[in-house]
Amino acid sequence: MKSIAELEAIRQKTLERVSYRKDADNDIRVVVGMATCGIAAGARPVMLTFMDEIRKRNLQNVTVSQTGCIGMCRLEPMVDVIVPGKEKVTYVNLNPDMVPRIVTEHIVNGNPVMEYTIGAAEKK
Amino acid sequence: MDFYRAQVLVCGGTGCSSSGSGEILERFERQIAKNGLEKEVKIVRTGCFGLCAAGPVVIIYPEGTFYSRVRVEDVDEIVSEHLLKGRTVQHLVYKDKGHEDERHMSLENIEFYKKQKRIALRNCGVIDPENIDEYIAFDGYKALTTVLTEMKPEDVIQTVLDSGLRGRGGAGFPTGLKWKFAAASKADQKYMVCNADEGDPGAFMDRSVLEGDPHAVLEAMVIAGYAIGATEGYVYVRAEYPIAVKRLEIAIEQAREYGLLGKNILNSGFNFDVFVRLGAGAFVCGEETALMASIEGQRGEPRPKPPFPAIKGLFAAPTNINNVETLANVPQIILNGAAWFKSIGTEKSSGTKVFALGGKINNTGLVEIPMGTTLREIIFDIGGGIPNGKRFKAVQTGGPSGGCISTENLDIPIEYDTLTQIGSMMGSGGMIVMDEDNCMVDIARFFLDFTVDESCGKCTPCRIGTRRMLEILERIVKGQGVQGDIEKLERLAKNIKATALCGLGQSAPNPVLSTIKYFRNEYEAHINEKRCPAHHCQALLNYYITDKCRGCTACVKVCPVTAITGTVKERHVIDAAKCIKCGSCVEKCRFGAIEKR
Repeated sequence: MKSIAELEAIRQKTLERVSYRKDADNDIRVVVGMATCGIAAGARPVMLTFMDEIRKRNLQNVTVSQTGCIGMCRLEPMVDVIVPGKEKVTYVNLNPDMVPRIVTEHIVNGNPVMEYTIGAAEKK
Repeated sequence: MDFYRAQVLVCGGTGCSSSGSGEILERFERQIAKNGLEKEVKIVRTGCFGLCAAGPVVIIYPEGTFYSRVRVEDVDEIVSEHLLKGRTVQHLVYKDKGHEDERHMSLENIEFYKKQKRIALRNCGVIDPENIDEYIAFDGYKALTTVLTEMKPEDVIQTVLDSGLRGRGGAGFPTGLKWKFAAASKADQKYMVCNADEGDPGAFMDRSVLEGDPHAVLEAMVIAGYAIGATEGYVYVRAEYPIAVKRLEIAIEQAREYGLLGKNILNSGFNFDVFVRLGAGAFVCGEETALMASIEGQRGEPRPKPPFPAIKGLFAAPTNINNVETLANVPQIILNGAAWFKSIGTEKSSGTKVFALGGKINNTGLVEIPMGTTLREIIFDIGGGIPNGKRFKAVQTGGPSGGCISTENLDIPIEYDTLTQIGSMMGSGGMIVMDEDNCMVDIARFFLDFTVDESCGKCTPCRIGTRRMLEILERIVKGQGVQGDIEKLERLAKNIKATALCGLGQSAPNPVLSTIKYFRNEYEAHINEKRCPAHHCQALLNYYITDKCRGCTACVKVCPVTAITGTVKERHVIDAAKCIKCGSCVEKCRFGAIEKR
């Protein structure tokens, strides 16, 4: 026998899993470059770390998807973080250790990690 | 809760299953495991997406990429390209007819879905029908919670009444009124029955709802049971819908486990349980009194009404019977309110209706449109028009009980009443499109043949009357029609409609009457000139070889009765006396030189 509260708990819990199939316009999108260059540079562990962090923090409305090569192979692994209504932020030369900071500071708190972005890399 | 970055939705409806979606799903599981993606990608078997013509269908989220006509061999490519590397497999992406160069990526952009409004089908193709949690996540059983905690039975009935919901099984009787009658009957035991005996040839919306969203039907049954004061429900579903039956049974098990069926549902003190009864597939068992007889274990034959089921129904107790699609609308009406539902569709027919598009149409499948949409929009915009550049001739709605609608009525808005006015009916929502090659007399004969076959034989008008009509039609298509046949058909039709016992007989003459009304000239051509204008009726046409013939002798070789003669490189001739009109020569001819006249 389930109570109404239990039903609501199931709804909330499952919603995270199925919300992908709803209108995703308001989601924060993490897009990982996964062409041959990206994979070779280690994009998979980076993507898996993103997923892991999202799972751990129980974040809703965040999707992780992949994309091809955008032509700056030397900067791979590259990841775009797109927050609706804000400018796209591109992170470059990532490794798994850098991911938790991006998730906490950017995705959760809304402050891009400037030193990891493509802008910072180009200045070096 | 696991986080998956991608979800692969594979259609598990009957259409896609029969074209191999089961093997596709297995292949996905294997390939995803092989590539070590099990923790990242989730595979879900859903109900029908609706665009059966493009099946088997696979959709990948979060992108919403719509892959059509996927073969088992394609799975490896989708996994290695899309799921591993994030590159869409362009050649498998669904493309709209006429816009082949545009690469439509997601479901919402496809013409087929743009004009649709999905209420009854909202979860079909979206959730895993065998997982109650997913239904709950999409607001499932929320309406039931509201009903049991905040509403009195009469509030529920009033909401359904106010919504203007009418029976989707065909007759269009106001659902709220039905509930009111059943609620008003005083009895210790009442029953709630779901009519899932979908019998119209070419209609499969009830099957799809049961396959894709069985919990919506169960939830609505509990709500209806609460409203009318019933504690037991039956779903009468035909045994030839194995996937629907299986998913329904799984759903009932899960709902019982969660305490959403059974005793003291959600601590409200209300008891309700649902049982499945399998029908053997007789068309007449979709008629409510015959259906109840069949549930009781008797022969599926109708009985006169009154008494109506709301007074004396199943096991002689007050009973409420609703169709699957009707019920699928109920939770949404409770959740969003009667005014919301009323705002969709037209004044007299609110909400949406699901149609099963079939026949000579590009996008065969299921569509759900707001009432008031025109036939033209359904056939040409959503349905993608007639294949092979042929001309539209008529559309048959309502199956064997409905009628044909010709070009002149294409722009009328679809409602219960407008369809009845033009001699057809809503029916359960089968929509069979016909092009210039279809002979309307033969179509009438086809549907009547079906009803004659399915007549239970209890009442004379239906048993004998429809048989006489069929004999006349058979005579006409054979070129043996005589003067006065049309009038005889009309007279018989009128009498059968007035005197038959149940809906089957009363509506059986509709296909004949409507074709006579709109295509009388075709009947006359058959009878007076012994000619079939559509070149369809074999007995009335002859094959001719035109001067396009190059004398290749291919037809001579293929003719089974050696009716074709001629020498190489000269025009051949068909001996009409020998020709059995099998059509083999037409198929064989590479020059299009053989014509039917």
